[in-house]
Amino acid sequence: MVISRRKFVNLVTLGSTACLTLLTPITSWAAWASDAFNATKTEDVYQNLFGSTELIESDEVALKVPKIAENGGAVPVSIKTQMKGVESISIVVKDNPQPLSASFQIPAGTIADVSTRIRLAQTSTVTAVIKANGKLYTKSQEVKVTIGGCGG
Amino acid sequence: MKVKAKSKNNITTVRVLAKHPMETGRRVDKESGEKIPAHYIQELTCEHNGKVVFLAQLSTSVSQNPYLAFSFEGGVKGEVLQLRWNDNMGEIKKVETKIK
Repeated sequence: MVISRRKFVNLVTLGSTACLTLLTPITSWAAWASDAFNATKTEDVYQNLFGSTELIESDEVALKVPKIAENGGAVPVSIKTQMKGVESISIVVKDNPQPLSASFQIPAGTIADVSTRIRLAQTSTVTAVIKANGKLYTKSQEVKVTIGGCGG
Repeated sequence: MKVKAKSKNNITTVRVLAKHPMETGRRVDKESGEKIPAHYIQELTCEHNGKVVFLAQLSTSVSQNPYLAFSFEGGVKGEVLQLRWNDNMGEIKKVETKIK
C-alpha cells in the first residue's frame, strides 16, 4: 500500500492528537468525561470528575429547580453564582441511574449563569456543583416527580 | 439547532435549542421489543472570535431537544458565533449565528 505524503502527514497529526488526548487528565476537559458520566454513585462522579469528594455547601450557589415536576422528562434547571474564579458548573441527580447529568466549563469572561432542562427518573435530590478556585461548592434541592423521565 | 444570541450592556446572552432525540438506551421499542440504542449529544461548544466561551458536556439525562442558555462578556451586534455539537455516534452539527 502506498501512502501519499498528505495522507502520511494527516495520519501523524491524528495520531499525536489522540496521544495528547489520552495523556491529558480529565480535569482539562480534553474529552467527554466518560468515567464520571458512567459512574452510578455520586461519590464516584465527584472522584472521577474533580478528583475530590470534598464538598462545601454554600448559599452563594443559586439553584433554581421546581419543587414538584409533573413531567420528569424535562425539568428546568438554572444555576448561577456571584463567586469569582468559577471554572465549571455541574448538575448531579442523586437517584438517576447515572447521577451526572451535565457539566459546563466556564472560561474566564463567561458568566457563571447557565440554564438547561434535564431528565429525572424519579423523585430525587438535585445538586448544583460549582468548582471555583479549586474548591467544590454545592447547593441541593429535592424535586418530586410524578411521571418519570427515563425508561418507557 | 436553533440559536439566539443577543448583546446588551456588553454581555451576550445565548440560547440554544439543539434538535436531538437524546435516546437514553433504556427505552424499549414497543413493536420489536428491542432496546433502542443510546444516542445523545456529548459535547456542545460555542466560539466567539476563535475563543471557546462555553463548553457543555451532556449525558442521556439531558432532555430531548436539549435547551441551553448561557452568557459571556463582550460580543458586538453583527459578530458571528460558531456553535458545534457532537454525539456518541460521531455525528457533528455546526451552526453559525449573528449576534443581534
